[in-house]
Amino acid sequence: MIRIENLSKTFTLHNQGGAVIPVMTGAELAVAKGECIALTGASGAGKSTLMRMIYGNYLAASGHIWVGEVDVAAANPREILELRRHTLGYVSQFLRVVPRVPTLEVVAEPLLSVGVAKEAALERARDLLGRLNIPETLWSLSPTTFSGGEQQRVNIARGFAHDYPALLLDEPTASLDATNREVVLALIEEAKARGAAIIGIFHDEAARDRVCDRVIDVTGYAPPRAA
Amino acid sequence: MSNLQESGPLLSVRDVAKFYGARVGCRDVSFDLWPGEVMGIVGESGSGKTTLLNCLAGQLTPDHGEVLFDTRTDGLKDTVRMSEPERRMLRRTDWAFVHQHAHEGLRMNVSAGGNVGERLMAVGARNYGQIREEALDWLGRVEISGERIDDRPSAFSGGMRQRLQIARNLVTGPRLVFMDEPTGGLDVSVQARLLDLLRGLVREMGLSAIIVTHDLAVVRLLADRLMVMKGGEVVEAGLTDQVLDDPQHGYTQLLVSSVLQV
Repeated sequence: MIRIENLSKTFTLHNQGGAVIPVMTGAELAVAKGECIALTGASGAGKSTLMRMIYGNYLAASGHIWVGEVDVAAANPREILELRRHTLGYVSQFLRVVPRVPTLEVVAEPLLSVGVAKEAALERARDLLGRLNIPETLWSLSPTTFSGGEQQRVNIARGFAHDYPALLLDEPTASLDATNREVVLALIEEAKARGAAIIGIFHDEAARDRVCDRVIDVTGYAPPRAA
Repeated sequence: MSNLQESGPLLSVRDVAKFYGARVGCRDVSFDLWPGEVMGIVGESGSGKTTLLNCLAGQLTPDHGEVLFDTRTDGLKDTVRMSEPERRMLRRTDWAFVHQHAHEGLRMNVSAGGNVGERLMAVGARNYGQIREEALDWLGRVEISGERIDDRPSAFSGGMRQRLQIARNLVTGPRLVFMDEPTGGLDVSVQARLLDLLRGLVREMGLSAIIVTHDLAVVRLLADRLMVMKGGEVVEAGLTDQVLDDPQHGYTQLLVSSVLQV
């Protein structure tokens, strides 16, 4: 479902003397349907960079990123938007929403944008928010005023609302209590069972061992250090 | 947002340029805008973004290039070379222009209801009761109380005027909205309300929009795609979050790194 071939990434800092910083070279990986892999490596090794490249948030310097039939490294913005709407989900660590939009709508939005009827989308959103123990009294409020943990759970509910065939998870269990952590792990297992291909970053080793089929250390993709 | 597979671009801009004497307003601008897409144009003042917007919206005549719009009757048609009556018709029906200063887009001496109704009458609505009904409905959608329908916009706050301007523009169901700094000069809380409103309307009505702003937070929330302008030229374009998070051009990098964090 996700296939990465000879992928590399450099950052060019035009305002700092045009410094060119290679951060990744020759990355290769493949994730099948129903498979979950974990990216590991020290902080700064490039786990998030790789995730962001797969999502089309960072541009690749060279190589291919196949998600289904689309090569994200070569696709135009319109194709990437379409891919994100239907195929590729991303649960980041930060919730970014339009102020004033109620939580229920924030969670239902990915479903509405693929054409699910409003009532069905809201029903699914209610179900997820309930499972993730967001009190019903908060559903009609904007999540911008919620606590960090609540925002993270809203973000997870939103990321799992639509059944994306491919999912990227950035620390989905970080800072969750035991009960909610269990809910998130169950959501991941359900997604795998329906055939989703998942790439995740998990600092929570027990969680990683439970849901991930393989571990890939991104340190191996680091470019040779220039003197 | 839903079915944009089959149709072609709504607006196709090819090699547009505008000069003020020897000075460049904008040049070498080409892009396609698809139905349901929102595009942001950012850049500092003097970068040519407003000149470009005015060229696209038929408010200025470009010196070079084509602005092709997918008209309902004839398909893609160059709006630069069409007759003025044709362009006027587009401005009344398929296009809307939201000005930065609401008073430029409103008639300040006409009631709120009249401001909304006037645009309906310009496309042939004649039944007073229906026009008033429609105006009331739109005031509600932009969160202006129906009791204010007979008040003039001169008695409205800045945020209310801006919302009234949006109602006036959208009442005829346009397909393409041009916005020039729509949240400029408004309080942050009012901005948030307006952003929420605009995003909802774009989704419900399947609008396409081109938004000129210098506010990167606004484009991040509203725009699917982003164009960065400097010195009259487009220096970078792409998916909004990609351009903001992994800017490739030196100027964009400067722009993004200059934003104050909150």
